[in-house]
Amino acid sequence: MKKTVSLISKNFKKIHPESLKEYLKAGGYDGLKNALPLTSLEVITAVKKSGIKGRGGAAYPTGLKWEQAAAIPGPRKIVICNADEGEPGTFKDRYLLEYDPFKIIEGMTIAAYAVGANEGYIYIREEYKKLQNRMRKIIDIAIQNGFLGNNILGTNFKFNIKVFSGAGAYVCGENSTLIESMEGKSGRPRIKPPYIKERGLFNLPTLVNNVETFSIIPVIFTIGPEEYAKYGTPNSRGTKLISIAGNIKKPGTYEIPFGITLNEIVFDIGGGIRNNKKLKFLQIGGASGSIVPASMTHIRYCYEDFKEHNITMGSGAILVADETIKVVDFLKSVQDFFLHESCGKCTPCREGNRQLSKIFNRFVKGNASIEDFKTIERFGKVMKYCSFCGLGQSATTALLSAIKHFPDEFYTHIDKVHKTI
Amino acid sequence: MKYCNVIIDNKEITVPEGTTILEAAKKININIPTLCYHPDLSIKANCRICSVEVKGKNKLVAACSTPIWDGAKIVTNSKLVRDMQKGVLELILANHPQDCLRCIRNGKCELQKLCEIFHISKSNLEDEVDALEVDSSSPSIVRDHRKCIKCNRCLEVCQESILSHAHRSIHYSITPAFERKLMDTLCVFCGQCSSVCPVGAIYEKDDTQKVWDAIHNKDKHVIVQIAPAVRVSIGDEFGMDAGKKVTGKLVAALRRIGFDKVFDTDFAADLTIMEESSELLYRIENGKTLPMITSCSPGWINFIEGNFEHLLKYLSTCKSPQQMFGAISKTYYPKIMNIDPSSIFTVSIMPCTAKKYEATRKEMNSSGFRDIDVVLTTREIARMIKSSCIDFEGIQEEEFDTPLGISTGAGVIFGATGGVMEAALRSVYEIATGMALNNLEFIGVRGLEGIKEASININGNTIKVAVAHGLDNAKKILEMIDKGKCDYTFIEIMCCPGGCIGGGGQPIGTTLEIKDKRIQSIYKVDEEMPIRKSHKNPAVLKLYEDFLGKPLGNLSHKLLHTNYNPKNKDYDFSQIYELN
Repeated sequence: MKKTVSLISKNFKKIHPESLKEYLKAGGYDGLKNALPLTSLEVITAVKKSGIKGRGGAAYPTGLKWEQAAAIPGPRKIVICNADEGEPGTFKDRYLLEYDPFKIIEGMTIAAYAVGANEGYIYIREEYKKLQNRMRKIIDIAIQNGFLGNNILGTNFKFNIKVFSGAGAYVCGENSTLIESMEGKSGRPRIKPPYIKERGLFNLPTLVNNVETFSIIPVIFTIGPEEYAKYGTPNSRGTKLISIAGNIKKPGTYEIPFGITLNEIVFDIGGGIRNNKKLKFLQIGGASGSIVPASMTHIRYCYEDFKEHNITMGSGAILVADETIKVVDFLKSVQDFFLHESCGKCTPCREGNRQLSKIFNRFVKGNASIEDFKTIERFGKVMKYCSFCGLGQSATTALLSAIKHFPDEFYTHIDKVHKTI
Repeated sequence: MKYCNVIIDNKEITVPEGTTILEAAKKININIPTLCYHPDLSIKANCRICSVEVKGKNKLVAACSTPIWDGAKIVTNSKLVRDMQKGVLELILANHPQDCLRCIRNGKCELQKLCEIFHISKSNLEDEVDALEVDSSSPSIVRDHRKCIKCNRCLEVCQESILSHAHRSIHYSITPAFERKLMDTLCVFCGQCSSVCPVGAIYEKDDTQKVWDAIHNKDKHVIVQIAPAVRVSIGDEFGMDAGKKVTGKLVAALRRIGFDKVFDTDFAADLTIMEESSELLYRIENGKTLPMITSCSPGWINFIEGNFEHLLKYLSTCKSPQQMFGAISKTYYPKIMNIDPSSIFTVSIMPCTAKKYEATRKEMNSSGFRDIDVVLTTREIARMIKSSCIDFEGIQEEEFDTPLGISTGAGVIFGATGGVMEAALRSVYEIATGMALNNLEFIGVRGLEGIKEASININGNTIKVAVAHGLDNAKKILEMIDKGKCDYTFIEIMCCPGGCIGGGGQPIGTTLEIKDKRIQSIYKVDEEMPIRKSHKNPAVLKLYEDFLGKPLGNLSHKLLHTNYNPKNKDYDFSQIYELN
């Protein structure tokens, strides 16, 4: 199996991202040209056939999502591209926004056509200010050339896209929170039901997909869903953009087919560990992802293997930690992140993070007790099982998996007095 | 309707689609603990104490917000559920001051109740209570947000959207914009927030000590008036049936506490009707500003002063019954009793926190003395009765003192939305036409509908009237007036939903169902009264004959009428009231 591929990353650093001419020359908008003559149903069927799942982290089948969105009646529907990319260590959407922005809006246009929407938004995180400007610029170019606006490609299909900037909260990557934020409210998740597909932005039926998901769509309609589905494994179709960072020789964003192993990712693609150190563990999928020890890197990067080992794929981030990293110190930085980013709405996340942070401080200082260890486990579970949204539910993923794989590292931080009791 | 078969704790039940797990469980007598949930408010699902297990799901779900589906298997009593619910509770508690014995809500706190249910003992968590300042800037409401558990109930009932969210994570708080103090906002002091708070984070400013001090002061002649809505609500505080009329017991209890005289705000309500009916007829006959809007509800007055200053001219200039009583208690009353007015200390017992603010308004001293010295809410007087060790339920009923305790059925219905209107119509009709009114009951203005209408024919002219309660409805009426699309002649507006029976100072735990019972009870009291029209109140007639002269006369004007001032939004409100 080839270790890296170029389907959605084909244009990276090959064309000028703001040049429509170069994008067209590289096969851009072929997907839309192929999709528009089809019926909405045919477009959705093709997406279903490709087998792709949402690349934002939840891995919900995209075709199914579109089918549901198309089935909801309403004269006004919204398509939103979630470009809030807030997971620490994740920068793959950034590559798409930076090097192939036309592909994103092409994907959104096909989605809008499929579900019957005429209004689109790209919610780009505040930190990507430069990319927001780039996106506004290429949207203008697309309108001027008939790829957006009224009568797209000479048909009656009409679709417009606006760029929206978040204010910088991690939780706004959660779809309902993102919508709250767009409505001018503070970023806190909404209660479901009603689901955003029924009542999303401004109470209108809304489809939200990730940047990468939208970028795959033009590929599917260029090479065909069957061809796309040839990549990957039976349950994980296609390719995935991953971002590797940490103690790695060649950090960066790479497109891989599902099914290569974590070892191959770290050593063959990433070039191995920096400074000839040994690999200690990986954190998969951002701050909210699991810790995978070096002993488990034979696992294949795909939904089925991950599920078997209770790992979530998350955003596509792979953080590499070498032998010098202390697990407790590492977890403390993860914990600080969640303490900062919890929206405060629900008890388990707000108060759980507060308490875990206190305990972590004791672990870092080396004066934790055996009880602290139990308290971590107990309240980590409360957060996981009872939190309102994914942030709180997954805030302890790293912690709970670390306790499983590196229990000794916790015990060495329990002070001597407590240890003897 | 579609039905779903579900199994909760191995018990089968069939419920209509859309029923939540919480509601379904309740039907088979399974109580799931709740904290942010309130029967009359929207579902928030942010406390997470109602988390329960659903077979096949790898996370727990909130029972309050999860609608049931066909075939769902729910477990509410597993070890996991118990551990998790208890864990959530411990987390809340670790961030909550543990001074329950000194808390105003001791014994009535929903968090305390949960701790009892869960047998909470010492936990491994480190207590951390944020050192936040208590906001006691207003004369009505105190906010102690150290105790806030972020349930968001107050925010939802806040009629003026004064309260909102700020910050995130552990700094997340419910606060007025820019963390202003309540006194520096357009808060109307309705106190609805204080009546839904599950803990002691928002409460009425307690003035009971001032009253004790007055009672124990030999030089003070301490008199008390009881608002119409209190007699059908205070029984709740003593575990009696909701809506039960306990007027006689309350009178007896107040005498036992040590008040020198126990009077009735209903008397002043009758007086208000005399002035207000006359004002209405005067405005109609002389082509003055119409519609005329009632001015009994201080929350409503605060609202219009703060938001619709250009419409102040539509307000009746009548003081509220509370203040009219106060003015009479410092003039006519000492005269007939031959007491020095400076020794009189007037207390009101109100269902309302905004009344506390009203009593402190600068202009409420036309007699040369403060009209009212202290206002107590229903909750505060219940506290005084309890601390006097009175067996409220068993106490022998007693009668009000005369003459300021003589009243009519028209006075008592002031307590429910539509009551002032109905009382006014009874008098307006008879005064204007000189004919007797056959049907005293204006059913059209009764009940909990937001805006109600009625019309009455007076001397061949049909007069349209309207009744609104809750500030949302008040706003609709004001917007109609603003656009010139209002053909009402007379409008009653009450700040609190349901009127005074649903006031912010009423017993904790007031729900729509309870409000309804209080309303029914109030109308029953009216039915049973020998006199049901304000202008037939003999004590009021004597007051005019011996002292005031006639309605809208010079003395009436001085003592019983007032004026209104716009509240500039950037104005320092502490300048326009006097702390007593």
